[in-house]
Amino acid sequence: MRALAGLLLVLAALPLAAQDAMPPAPYAYRQLEDPALEARAQGLMETLRCLKCQSQSIADSDAPMAGDMRHQVRTRIAAGEDPEAIREWMMERYGDYVSYAPVVSRTTWPLFAGPLVLLGIAALLIWRRFRRSA
Amino acid sequence: MRGWRFFLPLGIFALFLGIAGYQLTQPKDDFVHSTMIGRPMPEFAMRPASPDRPGLSLADLKDGTPKLLNIWASWCIPCAAEAPQLAALKAQGAPIVGVAIRDRPEDVAAFLARYGNPFDRIGADDLSELQLAIGSSGVPETFVIDGDGIIRYQHIGDIRASDVPMLMEKLREAGR
Repeated sequence: MRALAGLLLVLAALPLAAQDAMPPAPYAYRQLEDPALEARAQGLMETLRCLKCQSQSIADSDAPMAGDMRHQVRTRIAAGEDPEAIREWMMERYGDYVSYAPVVSRTTWPLFAGPLVLLGIAALLIWRRFRRSA
Repeated sequence: MRGWRFFLPLGIFALFLGIAGYQLTQPKDDFVHSTMIGRPMPEFAMRPASPDRPGLSLADLKDGTPKLLNIWASWCIPCAAEAPQLAALKAQGAPIVGVAIRDRPEDVAAFLARYGNPFDRIGADDLSELQLAIGSSGVPETFVIDGDGIIRYQHIGDIRASDVPMLMEKLREAGR
């Protein structure tokens, strides 16, 4: 029982120890004053992937690093930068991983081409079958 | 006799099964690697993260000597685990500079007092700005930066004892 309680304490303590004591970045949880700019920032943040959490966007994540990324996105949008330029900047550093918006690239093109090829084959088969029965 | 077409769907299924089976035998790489290897460090200047070491700027990296740039934090547990390996690298003559991510001076000082201080300089990256600029996705990470400020290698995760000779070799390569 005591060992179990100890184990629970250890498990409960680990996530706390892995957090920093610094306050979040100024624009991690604060919206931009201009609603139009905030909407642009939000749109980009929803399609940038959190580097610490794999299946969350930085808009959804409470990881401190995601907060720092939101801060960077918001301050750069406020400075007049284009959202797609910021995405490119991120992808220059982290590759395709960081973008949640699907991008056609050297490794991902079969995902886009595959369904088209299958549709083409299906259309061909159907066309031949109908021609034969007609 | 049925034609080859009859077995085509089975063949395709077997192909997919084969690909999936092959992928299962491959080691999985969960790391997000920086795509900045071979590219220059950005312009930056960071305040000192602890009172007894100077801060860090791009000019400090471009002094002609290759260095290890260790990204760490006092709140990061694997960073404590790699401290003996950093000390070993330092003992073998590797110049090491540190970047403390989201850290308070008093926490940095306490960490260094407890685990040792292998760093010549420690810059404070309060908003993870340098970390994002060089494509680092967590702590700890260790970059090899050559004397011209070009990123030559990225080691992700804590440095194990078996990584020490490899990092020394990367540092030598960066000096050539």
